[in-house]
Amino acid sequence: MDYIFNILDQLLISTQDTFSYIFRILPAMVDGTKVTLMMFFATIALSLPLGLLLSLGRISRFRLLNSAIGVYIWLFRGTPLMLQLLFVYFGLPIIPVIGEVLVLTAFQAALLAFVLNYAAYFAEIFRGGIQSIERGQYEGAKALGMTYAQMMRRIILPQVIKRVLPPVSNETITLVKDTSLIYVLAMNDLLRTARGLVQRDFSLTPFIVAGVFYLLMTFVLTKIFARLEKRYAVYDE
Amino acid sequence: MNIMKMISAEKIYKSFDELEVLKGVSLDVEKGEVVAIIGPSGSGKSTFLRCMNRLELIDGGSITIGGDQLVSTTSDGKVVYVEEAKARMICRRTGMVFQHFNLFPHLTVLENVIEAPMTVKGIKKEEIIPEAKELLRKVGLDDKLDSYPSRLSGGQKQRVAIARALAMKPDIMLFDEPTSALDPELTGEVLKSIRQLAEEHMTMIVVTHEMGFAQDVANRVIFMDKGEIIEEGTPEEVFGNPQHQRTQAFLNHLSAR
Ligand SMILES: Nc1ncnc2c1ncn2[C@@H]1O[C@H](COP(=O)(O)OP(=O)(O)O)[C@@H](O)[C@H]1O
Ligand SMILES: [Mg+2]
Repeated sequence: MDYIFNILDQLLISTQDTFSYIFRILPAMVDGTKVTLMMFFATIALSLPLGLLLSLGRISRFRLLNSAIGVYIWLFRGTPLMLQLLFVYFGLPIIPVIGEVLVLTAFQAALLAFVLNYAAYFAEIFRGGIQSIERGQYEGAKALGMTYAQMMRRIILPQVIKRVLPPVSNETITLVKDTSLIYVLAMNDLLRTARGLVQRDFSLTPFIVAGVFYLLMTFVLTKIFARLEKRYAVYDE
Repeated sequence: MNIMKMISAEKIYKSFDELEVLKGVSLDVEKGEVVAIIGPSGSGKSTFLRCMNRLELIDGGSITIGGDQLVSTTSDGKVVYVEEAKARMICRRTGMVFQHFNLFPHLTVLENVIEAPMTVKGIKKEEIIPEAKELLRKVGLDDKLDSYPSRLSGGQKQRVAIARALAMKPDIMLFDEPTSALDPELTGEVLKSIRQLAEEHMTMIVVTHEMGFAQDVANRVIFMDKGEIIEEGTPEEVFGNPQHQRTQAFLNHLSAR
């Protein structure tokens, strides 16, 4: 009997220890999460519009623009994001002229690489979405006297949003996790903070806490996209 | 000149790659006239109609709408369209109703009707809504204002499409087989709306397979085959006493079905 109480007691103490440990590392973890979230939101805010512009260019009749964007997409989807990060951070500064005018902080360099990379993926998603809209929609809009811009803004793109929500949701959730790649630029995001603590304290708890944080972020995103999809479900095609 | 030409199409040529679809088709439509175009499928009826509002660009000939030239062909065969903004203004005099409706699925019935007046003409929403409701009442859909197109029957969809085109106040309505995609029991309600427009003296070109309708409503019937106008005349002439052997064969074939 005493023996069992002893074990329970120990367990309680160690649980209390764990909780107080988590409390102690929490500020650092939250700071790391801030870096992660900043990178995430900045990337989304810039890469979605850039991706949209690229997709419009990709389907335009201007051959040169069209194929230039094709090459761009090929480059950024065809090489590792890690390579792109390293290249922007370490490679750009040593290129003559560019390196002298373009001085980037680690955050800016990482953001640039993320935006360029994600815009390439979003561009392909949007292009597919735009091209999936039936020809009759374009003809209906044109027969009513709409310009290309009016047709895109009022008729085509609103329908594209509904169709691309699932793939965009996928990419967005991938981005949350991809942000952890910035550890190679020595930025203290959530994962690198956790790794620092693991090495300092010889405890795996920071990794578990980090995992929970990532899960929370992707959970919120999943909910947001589910909401959006529901909102667009008011009409069928 | 008291009879005004709403559309004047002269010697229209159109090819898709090697396939010559229109071989010098000419048609004048006067104000208030209803012209029915009949003919076997693949004869170029849709293509001809779609040339009138630039859904297809012609390879030769000229088109004048409401007195303004949209496109002409120089003596050395160069096709010249007026500049884009002007062309858009000219084509705005036409409204088109498609075989497959082409309603905007993300907009409600009312929104479908007010979209172009707002976006294209810049009319305020509260100004256009009463007009739109009146148009929808005329086609019998005032109880469906807030429905999305996917909830409507084919006949209802096509009547929304008619109201949507009319909301832009066109001078000429172009109908491309407006009842061909409908179940037989639904064609009546659509034809009724078109008939009503004819009674209001709307100028119309109607490509149709509904011979009874063409006979009743059209002032003039045009028979097209293989990219050419083979025969034209009043419904009595074309249906009662077709001159050309190909017209006879087509009409016999239809009545034999
Ligand atoms: N966009 C296009 N590209 C290639 N061929 C076409 C196109 N549109 C129509 N055609 C062809 O042109 C011919 C005439 O078509 P259409 O004008 O639709 O005939 P109709 O309306 O009398 O049935 C058909 O052989 C059709 O296959
Ligand atoms: Mg046709």
